[in-house]
Amino acid sequence: MTTAPNPQATVETATALTIKDTQTGRTALKPARLVLYLLLALFCLYYLLPFYVMLVNSLKPLSEITAGGMMALPDDWTTAPWASAWSSAQVGVEATGLRPYFVNSIVMVVPAVALSTLIGALNGYVLTKWAFRGSTVLFGLLLFGCFIPFQMVLIPMARMLGLMGLAGSVSGLIFVHFVYGIGFSTLYFRNYYAAFPTELVKAAQIDGAGFFRIFWRILLPSSGPISVVCIIWQFTNIWNDFLFGASFSDFDSQPMTVALNNLVQSSTGVKEYNVHFAGAIMAALPTLLVYIVAGRYFVRGLMAGSVKG
Amino acid sequence: MSNSETANPRGSVVDRLRDALPKLVLSPTVAIVAVFVYGFIAFTLYLSFTNSRILPTFGWVGWKNYENLFRIRAWDTAVSNLIIFGLLYIVICCVLGLLLAILLDQRIRAEGFIRTIYLYPMALSFIVTGVAWKWFLDPGIGLEAVVQGWGWESFRFNWIKDRDMAIYTIVIAAVWQTSGFVMAMFLAGLRGIDGEMLKAAQIDGASTFALYRRIVIPQLRPAFMSAFVVLAHMAIKSYDLVIALTGGGPGTATELPATFMYSYTFSRNQMGIGAASAVIMLMTIAAIIVPYLWSELREKK
Amino acid sequence: MRKLLTMMTAAGALMVASTSLKAEEVEVLHWWTSGGEAAALNVLKEDLEKQGIGWQDMPVAGGGGTQAMTVLRARVTSGNAPTAVQMLGFDILDWAKEGALADLNAQAAQEGWDSVVPEALQKFAKHDGKWVSAPVNVHSTNWVWANKAILDELGIAVPSTWDEFVAALEKVKAAGKTPIAHGGQPWQDATVFDAVAMSTGGPEFYKKAFVDLDEETLSSDTMKETFDRMAVIRSHVDDNFSGRDWNLATAMVINGDAAFQMMGDWAKGEFINADKSPDQDFLCFRFPGTQDQVTFNADQFAMFSQGAEVGKEQAALATAILSPNFQSAFNVVKGSVPARTDVSDEAFDACGKKGIADLKKAAASGNLFGSMAHGHANPAAIKNAMYDVITAHFNGEYDSEAAVEELVTAVQINK
Repeated sequence: MTTAPNPQATVETATALTIKDTQTGRTALKPARLVLYLLLALFCLYYLLPFYVMLVNSLKPLSEITAGGMMALPDDWTTAPWASAWSSAQVGVEATGLRPYFVNSIVMVVPAVALSTLIGALNGYVLTKWAFRGSTVLFGLLLFGCFIPFQMVLIPMARMLGLMGLAGSVSGLIFVHFVYGIGFSTLYFRNYYAAFPTELVKAAQIDGAGFFRIFWRILLPSSGPISVVCIIWQFTNIWNDFLFGASFSDFDSQPMTVALNNLVQSSTGVKEYNVHFAGAIMAALPTLLVYIVAGRYFVRGLMAGSVKG
Repeated sequence: MSNSETANPRGSVVDRLRDALPKLVLSPTVAIVAVFVYGFIAFTLYLSFTNSRILPTFGWVGWKNYENLFRIRAWDTAVSNLIIFGLLYIVICCVLGLLLAILLDQRIRAEGFIRTIYLYPMALSFIVTGVAWKWFLDPGIGLEAVVQGWGWESFRFNWIKDRDMAIYTIVIAAVWQTSGFVMAMFLAGLRGIDGEMLKAAQIDGASTFALYRRIVIPQLRPAFMSAFVVLAHMAIKSYDLVIALTGGGPGTATELPATFMYSYTFSRNQMGIGAASAVIMLMTIAAIIVPYLWSELREKK
Repeated sequence: MRKLLTMMTAAGALMVASTSLKAEEVEVLHWWTSGGEAAALNVLKEDLEKQGIGWQDMPVAGGGGTQAMTVLRARVTSGNAPTAVQMLGFDILDWAKEGALADLNAQAAQEGWDSVVPEALQKFAKHDGKWVSAPVNVHSTNWVWANKAILDELGIAVPSTWDEFVAALEKVKAAGKTPIAHGGQPWQDATVFDAVAMSTGGPEFYKKAFVDLDEETLSSDTMKETFDRMAVIRSHVDDNFSGRDWNLATAMVINGDAAFQMMGDWAKGEFINADKSPDQDFLCFRFPGTQDQVTFNADQFAMFSQGAEVGKEQAALATAILSPNFQSAFNVVKGSVPARTDVSDEAFDACGKKGIADLKKAAASGNLFGSMAHGHANPAAIKNAMYDVITAHFNGEYDSEAAVEELVTAVQINK
């Protein structure tokens, strides 16, 4: 993270400590750093523990798990649970594993994320650069919509989808995710564009550039960081959604989480915990990947405006 | 940042169209929100006065659902749990997020790596991390057993089995999931602070602590706002977490309004009572969020 | 808004008729997703495929079917109801009352379901004299599973009365083992309560309290005694019971950490999966004092009506479900027993054979009762309200006297 646009505040705060220490004659910068690293490592432990539980248990035979010792490393390492979760575990009448559901999820997530991000960007643009009477109130109303509990909208949503002829279709599911993703994506872009110099927009206007041209040529090219934030957020939420995915999909479009839930939640069947954990990690891989790959842009994106109000 | 368009002469149709364009662009969103958020809220409000059981029906019963709702013990538990959970969750996430951000902001060697570790829980769904947490917190097989196995026999950590403490285990797991995200927000905020100002303050001889308290933290206000909105929305929607971790138990000790609402609407076929609880929940959210949004958004002008 | 409401009302909450499926396909919503049961269901799929009927699989697991019921409501509301849906007890009756289910009387008459399906079960498969669903199995819920090695070692015979059972528990406790493996989730608490109530008060009491919801019975001393006995059971459960999954409790019995578990017949699958065999490694017997009774829950497939006539593929599915071959093949795997009493028990293991015999006997003597814990005694609202009380009492939130009062209130609110 040495590529922040502003002169590094990091540097300042870190030097602050150094100067302070020499001024007061305190020495011992080293132990302070040691404590710092120790603290950071300790927190790493906290964040990694549940993952550790999942990972080790996905690599042992079931008998080791049920015999106790769920925290221990496997005596007998095996990747069979992974293979099973991927391609042969029973998630319905056919033993397909999670494999076919990946495609279903991707087909649904990609358009939903793209759509809500694009519309969010346009909304943010209008709300900041073309603000009109009542636009702030409108934004407030939009934001309040983020708080609506999804369990509540299930039945009326089903009715509306039926009326729109989208019941049990992928487009219906995309639409639902788009509708409830729009609040947050607008929030992100609005806050980002608020910090964007309005002079540039005005100058372009004087040059005769229209509404879309300004958006396309001036704002969009510099929207990279916030788009990353928005995409990460939407991708995570939509990928991990279960309630809508289960209720509004059809037999051939059930997303990953529904399959995972089927794998994990059987009520009167034998529970293969090792396969469950393998499946869970597998199902999370796309989102994990997004975090790892885009993570470095994530903080940058947040920094570039979304947290500046 | 108000627009300059209003100042333009509004002559031709083209001009007028151009004026209306921003509003036109915004209008689908407005329409969608009007129907799918506020329309549904109105619909739920209406349902809460009906005798709906498995499906919406429209027999008017007045305040009966609300009366029944407040006679149900589990609802009281759910509401007070949300207060405990919501407060602790938001406060701890903010404090921990800020602390981690400040720690990470000290020119740490493997920052990118550590940051990813703090951030990754956000990527996982609770359908299964819930099970991992459940095991980890279970005194028989999890932390307590492990620590006792190391020889610290008197070590006790059985909160998840304890009626009075179980809600705190929900907080622990929830904080685990989102504090990294909050950290990222604060880290971004920290990186955006003007270095010159800090330097000046340092030369004036301010201590590091004072530096943070007086200059750095106040500048993080926008980050606090974003974090608050994200956290509040997650606290209110917490459902998967509770179901996976405790299923609302022991007894009904960890019931939250979201689980209560789902259970009454869907498992118990009492859609009317479920709707009533949703209305109360929304009103509570509104009572907290609206003034907050109001003050934050107004100040901008 | 007004308009939206009218629209929704006008369109009617039930738009079940408009399924967009081709006639030769069934879309089946169910929650059998774990290895054995899903594979067993595949038998049904193949059976139908042989008749040229396609199977569109729509599994939604979770919460013992509640998740699937939520999805069902969304699907029905959106006018996209599945053709066949796995359902339990009162859910079937509720949907039948809405007029959403197809009439299977023609198939029933043709194949004589009336004479082979136990009457207690027919109550949940028929509405208004019409068959509306096809029962797949009968799970009985008043089983006790025991680790034979522990019982042999301590010289415990299979207890047949409550007192003997308590004595056995004491013995196990004295030997330093956990007497009862139990998972503290409301439905599991209620499963135990079910058996205890039956044993304490007998079938008359059970029926009056849980089926007729008679307030006098609910507040009787027998009920208080039932709660007292639950407290005795609680004192023989380890401290970590709360929230534990039932199969981890079963694992305690399998591993020899605990002596007994009270659980439905699906627990057998866990024993078999751990390579244990009935009568040699583990024992199955009815909860002491309920030897003659069977409390059950039954999985059924209800057909959603697609118009005046029942669909050809729906009829084929219903027929296939009730065919003796499928009943046997499926239930051997599932651990339950066939829903018709004329199926050969040849393919079943010792516990399965016992289950079939018990069911036949109980059905003949009027001792077959729908389980309260599993939604076959009273509707979901009351069942869950009872769960609340049972669980709260089991967790020590209040004593037996208060529990009895709470039980009465709970029934009053939700009736």
